[in-house]
Parts: sequence; structure tokens; C-alpha cells
Amino acid sequence: MEQFPFLIRKDRAAIRYLVVDDSVFARKNVARMVESFGGEIAGEAGDGCTAITEYDRVSPDMVLMDITMPQMEGIEAAERIVRAHPDARIVMVSSVGYQENIVAALQKGARHFVQKPVKAEILYEVIKYVMGDDAIMAAPVAQGN
Amino acid sequence: MKMELIQPFINAADAVLAQTLHCSTRIDDVSMEPETYRRKGVASLVTIHGDIEGRIIFDIDPKTAARVASTLAGSDFGTNAEAGDDVARETVCELANMVIGSAITALNDQGFHFKIQPPVVHIAETGENSSEEQEALVMCFDTGNGSVFMNIALRYSNRKREDLRPN
Repeated sequence: MEQFPFLIRKDRAAIRYLVVDDSVFARKNVARMVESFGGEIAGEAGDGCTAITEYDRVSPDMVLMDITMPQMEGIEAAERIVRAHPDARIVMVSSVGYQENIVAALQKGARHFVQKPVKAEILYEVIKYVMGDDAIMAAPVAQGN
Repeated sequence: MKMELIQPFINAADAVLAQTLHCSTRIDDVSMEPETYRRKGVASLVTIHGDIEGRIIFDIDPKTAARVASTLAGSDFGTNAEAGDDVARETVCELANMVIGSAITALNDQGFHFKIQPPVVHIAETGENSSEEQEALVMCFDTGNGSVFMNIALRYSNRKREDLRPN
């Protein structure tokens, strides 16, 4: 996987992510990418309802949320999280990227949208953009020492 | 089945398979399937409701599914068959999700509106018969990791057919 400069919080702690997707495979794939950016997985959820409770439990810096999920879809979960936590940073990550879906997600409080299959360089830029001044770049820690 | 409904799925499968498997793909075979659908390996079913109705089955033989899962997950599951089976099923569902999501995005941009259900693992050995109203098209994609089958049975909803009928 391509090496990126680490994206960390300005207090130099790792950015903590909540990854929400009904596919375990997709969660692991996204988790592997954000860990390669220097991030930390604070929690995972397989549906919108669990995402809401996990958000309250782990207070992540960012949520990466699928749209099409059983029980409660990602857009509704995003709306509920943002209603309770107006500062929540939610990025929708979905294979279904048509305009009305994206507009609906943004109207409900999501900050950005990434289409699957996720490209590491696009996810990296979106995270950097959404974190804004709250994130800084740092050199990756050398491994194997 | 109208080509305008099929082409986005061909384009999406071509793009997603090439990107996720890091290899070139080509369509090896296309056929109409008059017989009952028969599962070939690890299969995932996605149902569509709206202007277009029907289902798509993404089907990969077990060895190819295990290879694809290893490629995508970055691990070899050769010694852990159970974990490998689970990951193979997950992989096929996620590949189906990405291909079908991408195709549906293109169709939506053309003015068709519908919803998809999350992919489910298709366990039954056979599926519903195709019919004159909803015949199934089977496409075989040849990838560097083996063959991937996509079985598509779609039709316009009654409401959409009324809209499309010339006055």
C-alpha cells in the first residue's frame, strides 16, 4: 500500500475513527487504510443503530459511514448523530454515488462523500479536508525497530 | 432485456474488477439463460425495487473466490479454510455491492430511480426460473484471478413501462 504522511490531531494524538459498514470485509479494508494514515480505530459498527450507540460510547474524531445497511441506513444514522452531536465529522463511504444520495447525505449533516471502491489517496485527501485545521501531517513512524 | 439496462453493469464490473484485483478483465462469454439459475460457487444476491425491478447474482467459483479474497484482504487463507470461506463470502458480497452500486449510480444519473437491498449470500443451489418477462443474462468475466459470473434479471416496472410507452 502506498505510504502517506501520517495525518494526526494537532495535539499529536492519533485521529480516532468509527468505521460503519455492514460488510466486515469493507470495514477491515477501510480500517487498514486509515491505520496506514496513522489513525486509530476507536470502534466499528455493522448498521446505523449500532453506529449511534458506538458514537456515544467512543466519541470518535471521524465517522466513515456506509449508506446501504440493514436496520437503519447510513444517511438516517448520520442525521441522528449530527442532531445529537452537531460537531460530528461524518464521511459517507458508499458504492451508490448518485447525486441525490450525496445531496441527501450532505443535507443531513455529512461532511463529505467517498465512492467505493475506496482509493487510499482519495480517502486521505477527504480526511485531510474534513479535519481541516484540527489535523496536521507528520512523518510515519519507522517500523521494525 | 434492454441493453440500456445491461451496459452500466458491464462497465461497472469491468472497472471495479480491474481496480480491486489490479488486473485487466475481459468478457469471456455472454448468454441468455432460459434454464433455472444454478449456483457455481460463492454467490451474492442483490435485489432492486423501483423503476427497474429484479435481481443480480454475483457468482464466483470457490477457488477463484478464495484467490480474490486473499488478493483483496492481503492475506493467504490456505491454512484456515473456515476463515477463508467466511472471507470469501464477504468478499463476493462486497464486490457485488461495489459493482452494482456503481452501475446503479450510472442508471440513476440516466433518470431511473430505485432502491437496492444490501447484498445477501445466496445459499440455494438454484434460483427462480427466468421468464419471458424477466429473462436472465449471464456474463462471464475473465480476470487474472479466475472467472467471475454476473447473472442479471431485470425489467422495467409496470409504472415505468407506462411512462416509456409512446403516446
